[in-house]
Amino acid sequence: MLFTSVDDVATRLADTGYLASTAVATTVFLADRLGKPLLVEGPAGVGKTELAKAVAEVADARLVRLQCYEGVDESRALYEWNHAKQLLRITAGRDESWDETRTDIFSEEFLLPRPLLTAIRGSEPKVLLIDETDKADVEVEGLLLEVLSDFQVTVPELGTITATRRPFTVLTSNASRELSEALRRRCLFLHIGFPDEELERRIVRLKVPGLDEALARSVVRVVGALRAMDLRKVPSVAETIDWARTLLALGADSLDEDIVRDTLGVVLKHQDDVLKAAAKLDLDAV
Amino acid sequence: MTARATGVPERLTALVQALRSHGIRIGTGETVDAGQAIEALGLADRERVREGLAAALLHSEGQRPVFDPVFDLYFPRGIGAPGALDGSDSGSDSSPGSGREFDRDDLRERLAAALAANDQALLAQLAAEAVDGMGGYGTQPGSGGSGGSDGWSSHQTLSRLRPETLLARILAGIREGTAEGEFTDRLTADEIRRRIEGFRGLVGAEARRRVAERRGADEIARRAIAPTADRVDFLIAGRAQLDELRRTVQPLARKLATRLAARRRRAARGHIDLRRTLRGSLSTGGIPMRPVLRRRRPARPELVLLCDVSGSVAGFANFTMLLVQALHDQFSKVRVFAFVNRVDEVTDLIARGTADPEGLGSRIISGAAVTGYHGSSDYGTSLGEFAERYADAVTPRSTVFVLGDARTNMSDPNVPALRTLASRARKVYWLNPERRAQWQTGDSAAGTYAELVEMYECRNAQQLSALIARLLPV
Repeated sequence: MLFTSVDDVATRLADTGYLASTAVATTVFLADRLGKPLLVEGPAGVGKTELAKAVAEVADARLVRLQCYEGVDESRALYEWNHAKQLLRITAGRDESWDETRTDIFSEEFLLPRPLLTAIRGSEPKVLLIDETDKADVEVEGLLLEVLSDFQVTVPELGTITATRRPFTVLTSNASRELSEALRRRCLFLHIGFPDEELERRIVRLKVPGLDEALARSVVRVVGALRAMDLRKVPSVAETIDWARTLLALGADSLDEDIVRDTLGVVLKHQDDVLKAAAKLDLDAV
Repeated sequence: MTARATGVPERLTALVQALRSHGIRIGTGETVDAGQAIEALGLADRERVREGLAAALLHSEGQRPVFDPVFDLYFPRGIGAPGALDGSDSGSDSSPGSGREFDRDDLRERLAAALAANDQALLAQLAAEAVDGMGGYGTQPGSGGSGGSDGWSSHQTLSRLRPETLLARILAGIREGTAEGEFTDRLTADEIRRRIEGFRGLVGAEARRRVAERRGADEIARRAIAPTADRVDFLIAGRAQLDELRRTVQPLARKLATRLAARRRRAARGHIDLRRTLRGSLSTGGIPMRPVLRRRRPARPELVLLCDVSGSVAGFANFTMLLVQALHDQFSKVRVFAFVNRVDEVTDLIARGTADPEGLGSRIISGAAVTGYHGSSDYGTSLGEFAERYADAVTPRSTVFVLGDARTNMSDPNVPALRTLASRARKVYWLNPERRAQWQTGDSAAGTYAELVEMYECRNAQQLSALIARLLPV
């Protein structure tokens, strides 16, 4: 058990600079208590990956990260044999019998553990982060099913390796592909959306310490208005922080039309969005 | 609280049942998880219980709009009139159902202050008071206590309270306070509007809670909770729901595209090429050691969409057109035709329409010649014109989707035209947004057309995506 209560989660995460909403704190606590993996979905830039990092820091655990991408496979995710070393071993022991060599070259020494196996072996606390699970092919999900339900991995030559200490597991997804029902069933589900005004203001104040309180409030309000606008890419928390940093660097002490118009590109990533927002916010011609 | 749902396990299973009846698939394992979650969290903090159950039971964010109101019913904030909720004395002097002694102006005053301050706890309490004071209706007005009325109506509460008329007053109050003309002032009006919208939601939840006490949570959970966006009927969807549907187009299209690609991959392997396998076996003395698979030419299929865009079914047609457009890279050619009683090609309009899906319907009506002398749909004439003018669009490689309710307004259904179309295309499917039971009633020619081509009931986005995934050519 990493945490004693929901409040404990919230305060300790806050100590590392991660301000958790009720939903986040509760779900992290449950994932720890029930020993289930946590599937985190939500728009980009709301702190899905950050959450895993913060939990690792709080728990003083090693963060093992599997970055998924199209074409990631068993040998990248689980383990592979160190062929070069095996060849060396075979050449070195010329005069021994084949049986001796065979048992030797398929031993721990020649195994290259990849993230999933690393997370399962050993007894020190670990946080396993499977990042952007939706980017991986469907076959990898099948692999994850075995690993996540029993926290065990089967290496044919060595047998089944079962975790003595379950890693705290976080899977993230941007929902660019629908994950299978079976995988979802193994996990607790957490959707991190945009934080409410009050929480976002605290996040901004925490991440951009030099920013004036009133300006932080204005920034969050404008971002809130932008999010209500039905844009192609609505600004995320990461963009709010970027914007706050920009304003700080420019030495602005309050928002006015000019400064918003000049810096809107920091918050919005598409030209159509910039135009639309400028029109809706009554900025003069851009 | 009703007698049925007393213990936590009973309430939990009742909640799960209600969620299942709304199409959320929950296995026993998840229910057990949810029970463990409650055990770990305790019942002291209601929001934590809510988040904990959501984490254990749900599998996607889209299910949240169903989950939240159902949760409110089975784990209510309190029992009876608002006085019981927080011990405040304001609720005790009002008598439910009558609204006579209830001080409406005072409530509006306090509501304005709460909206200006965005105090969520106070807003929830005011919603409870408002429903208690103005939402009750029934046969025993003013008999006092919680047994005074037959029901509680959020509609009645809101139409008496009219929170939206507070906007100007709140704005004036806020401006008085600051009076500097800051940049963010221009956002205030929209923010207040959103808060008022949120308050209306609170009133709805409160009314449901009160009704559930009377009639039992199970019945309310079944009837009074709006379905998730993908299960909303196309024909009765309101504007807001259609907007919501449009937002689901991109994710849905991506999902379908992966499914199509997987199906294409599967279809591409298999099929042994016997001739080449035998030839290869010559070197092994006629024993076919290595099977040779027939290589497939990747021929992307063509798609033709023929959509009724008349008022009654426009929402359905728009949504489907956007969906197919989002899928266009899966096909070598997508052509979209729209009709009411005349046919015109709208492929270009749709291609440009992905940036601004809202105005799509009106742009089709104004930009394309889809109506003749009158504005009601005429399937017979349209099919005939399509077969005549756009004969080149349909080839043996193309799959045709006809979208519409097949209501011909008593004109000739022109069956031969559809027969020509069916004989020329590789496959013709008809998606009908009407309930199957209503086909061939009144002026519907659905039954007649269904004898010629495969017709499917397609009433909501869920059905549509299932059909598209199944019917689209590989």
